[in-house]
Amino acid sequence: MINLEIDGKRVEVENGRTVIEAAHQLGIYIPHFCYHKKLSIAANCRMCLVQVEKAPKPLPACATPVAEGMKVFTASEQAIKAQKGVMEFLLINHPLDCPICDQGGECELQDLAVGYGGSASRYQEEKRIVLPKDIGPLVAAEEMSRCINCTRCVRFGVEIGGMMELGQAFRGEHAEIMSFVSDTVDSELSGNMIDLCPVGALTSKPFRYTARTWELSRRKSISPHDSLGSNLVVQVKDNRVMRVLPLENEEINECWLSDKDRFSYEGLNSNQRLTKPMIKQGGKWQEVEWQVALEYAANGLRQISQGAGAEHIGALATPHSTVEELYLLQKLVRGLGSSNVDFRLRQSDFSADGKQTGAPWLGMPVAEINTCDRFLIVGSFLRKDHPLLASRVRQAVKKGAQANVLHAADDDLLMPVANKMIVSPAEMTAQLAQVLKALATIKQATLDASVQQVVQSVTPSAAAQAMANSLASGERVAILLGNFAQQHPQAAQLHLLAQHIAALCGGKFGFLGEAANSVGGYLAQAVPGAQGLNAAAMLAAPRKAYLLLNVEAELDTADALQAMNAMRKADMVVVLSAYKHHAAEYADVLLPITPFTETSGTFINTEGRVQSFKGVVKPLGEARPAWKVLRVLGNLLNVAGFEHDSSEAVRGEALQGVDVAGKLNNALRGLNAQAAASTPAGLQRVADVPIYFSDAIVRRSAPLQATRDAVQPSAYMHSTALGKLGMKSGEIIMVGQGQGSARLKIVADDTLPQGVVRVAAGHAATAALGAMFGIVTVERA
Amino acid sequence: MLSEQIQALINRELKKYPADQRQSAVMSALRFVQDEKGWIATDDMADIAAYLGMPQMTVYEVATFYHMYNLKPMGRHTLTVCTNLSCQLVGANETMSYIKSKLGIGVGEVTADGKFGLREGECQNVCDEAPLLMVNNKRLCGHLTVEKIDQLLAELDK
Ligand code: SF4
Ligand code: FES
Ligand code: FES
Repeated sequence: MINLEIDGKRVEVENGRTVIEAAHQLGIYIPHFCYHKKLSIAANCRMCLVQVEKAPKPLPACATPVAEGMKVFTASEQAIKAQKGVMEFLLINHPLDCPICDQGGECELQDLAVGYGGSASRYQEEKRIVLPKDIGPLVAAEEMSRCINCTRCVRFGVEIGGMMELGQAFRGEHAEIMSFVSDTVDSELSGNMIDLCPVGALTSKPFRYTARTWELSRRKSISPHDSLGSNLVVQVKDNRVMRVLPLENEEINECWLSDKDRFSYEGLNSNQRLTKPMIKQGGKWQEVEWQVALEYAANGLRQISQGAGAEHIGALATPHSTVEELYLLQKLVRGLGSSNVDFRLRQSDFSADGKQTGAPWLGMPVAEINTCDRFLIVGSFLRKDHPLLASRVRQAVKKGAQANVLHAADDDLLMPVANKMIVSPAEMTAQLAQVLKALATIKQATLDASVQQVVQSVTPSAAAQAMANSLASGERVAILLGNFAQQHPQAAQLHLLAQHIAALCGGKFGFLGEAANSVGGYLAQAVPGAQGLNAAAMLAAPRKAYLLLNVEAELDTADALQAMNAMRKADMVVVLSAYKHHAAEYADVLLPITPFTETSGTFINTEGRVQSFKGVVKPLGEARPAWKVLRVLGNLLNVAGFEHDSSEAVRGEALQGVDVAGKLNNALRGLNAQAAASTPAGLQRVADVPIYFSDAIVRRSAPLQATRDAVQPSAYMHSTALGKLGMKSGEIIMVGQGQGSARLKIVADDTLPQGVVRVAAGHAATAALGAMFGIVTVERA
Repeated sequence: MLSEQIQALINRELKKYPADQRQSAVMSALRFVQDEKGWIATDDMADIAAYLGMPQMTVYEVATFYHMYNLKPMGRHTLTVCTNLSCQLVGANETMSYIKSKLGIGVGEVTADGKFGLREGECQNVCDEAPLLMVNNKRLCGHLTVEKIDQLLAELDK
């Protein structure tokens, strides 16, 4: 520890800290631009100059390490003179366009210029001009003359985002921030550069010129998208969400947001919003009063439960629904006498049900990811499914952790990967068994009977051996199962093997939850239990009636074709949705509900953190929070216990007295590993859910839909396999699966294993296909 | 694609650095391309980035930072006149104007016959030779006078 004095106040800090950090600890503000606590030190703006006793000239506080007995003066005459001098230089080339600058009112340069700038400029010469750049639909780089070349945006890309898309080209007064030959900035974290830019050089394209910062009211909320549960500040004007910014929470999203969390709000007021209850009569949709629609829905459900029987009713919800919504949904269905309720819509293997000892979760706090020194990531499109968790893994790898990857695709994780096994989906369990076997040999451990047989049947490959070595040499190991592993037809087997691998290396193991409420769904009891049918079973054996909460049947389920068949066959489909969508074809009643900004609710994130939020704007049109709609349905159907007068009351009933932490447990009990079936003949489908098609809101956010990540999916195959079919990359082909087919472009991708075709799910272009896993054919169109 | 010769040269250069520091060879790689083609196109930079396993933008940063690299064709003989302080103090501006008028081109331009290109340069660390220029970044011509410049141009014009 080092003792020093800043402005006469004593402070003790760790060795190696800088003066600016020490000052921060004392609550002393030192003006700065290029310094950012999460980025490396560039020390290029010089705004942070301070006086240090015995130093001949002012020193930059952000780059000066503390020293024992150091005396720092941040506001002495010498310091202020230096700071004012720097400000004068910074303003020389900065345009005086604050009145028309989108950053006005929240600009670090503007703020500091008030304190340190002169009231008039001594500079009479021409200012430099930097031409605007088009770097994509999210970040505007229209006024690059405002750039003060702090390089925060560049360092963010390299250090946090993991790829260098912006850089500083040329030198001296010609230096400019730009991308390589006018490339777009495609990082899934790009929006953070807007926050980081201390001036109005990088601004938000969707938000630009729509409001001034001081006109906005700020409300806290929680992201409804991925399972991280990023904390948000939603900014509102005239009952409309104008922009979303991060609310700093070191334990969750730090000071970042993924672009999905940041720009999805543009989908909230999409013209597809369902704003009036509707019923279908004689094949025609009619807008009706709430009372009419609710009674119509209740009657339909009552008739089916009294006639065919309640077990003919099934309820499906997306894991983006709140705890309150999911709780009331299951309560309603159970009240009617059915246990057919599920939120795990993209899961295809339910053999772990009944063998689980708790709700599957991350297995550790989110922040612990940064401290792990070994990772085994199984079946995850990590960067796109969990942008900020991926960034945490990246930070750990930067500090020396080793990442090992078992997956069916080899997307660039933008970090060094120590070992990888890229195999077809059907081979994944055997590969994982190999790692387990190799690890058991290293550790000289006898394996549990439940996995012994399977492990005996495999011989570890060199890659499996290398992975086992890597894991065995770690002290803080994390085995993480991604969305793909959870959606896999042998999900439970992967789960079991991962559990044993983790046990052998004394590590943590857990799930990178698929969505905002993947843990919450379990705690809200929106799972069938022993009596009911799970999501897959409900669709495989069509029900007479379905209640859909936030679900777009062909986009949110494991098997689009099967889901649509089930919907078409049903006598009654009640849809609770914020949007008009394909349900118009198969539904009987459309009940307009509100997205997360228009209701209060709770999400439980992947680490088991319960986060409640309030509505930030009034419901659009006649839309109503889903918990209210479900409550009224409960009343109309005379189900007991539907008297809640607030979402807090629902949450209370669902979670009161529940020891959430105690309910989280990944361990499986009583499940035996099975030898993997032989690899099926034919081409296996590998399906990702593209980042901006994962839920109803992002699908409707125009700026996100304009990004490269949202281009219409193609089919991808290894070029050798493609050659065997006599096809060329770029051709339009027919992908067939069961009864369904889709016309897609086929593109060669040599990072894929042989024998697979990568075809995304969750997109209209592939919604006519069947299961996310399975055999597909590729034929000439 | 980088030519085989360039790849061989880069490989030789790479031996000087640790295996995980391939990007250390970026400046040499850029130089090899320029020696071969006279200038460095963005496609070449992308090739170098791929070859050395580094971001394209980093190659671009390096190529644009140093004045020795030509980002467009700069004629058979690129004359780089140092215009930094020491040179300026002893007449770099006059040298520059003389060359400009003699060749009939401005800074950053190439003569119509493609023989000469003119560039402004940064301090070459040999201020004792000021005012000076470099021919194709290889040959130093110092203590420039009008006569010396005439002589040089005549010689190169052959
Ligand atoms: S664009 Fe903004 S963040 Fe990037 S260097 Fe310029 S001022 Fe800094
Ligand atoms: S903040 Fe210290 S030099 Fe920029
Ligand atoms: S200033 Fe011209 S060589 Fe140094």
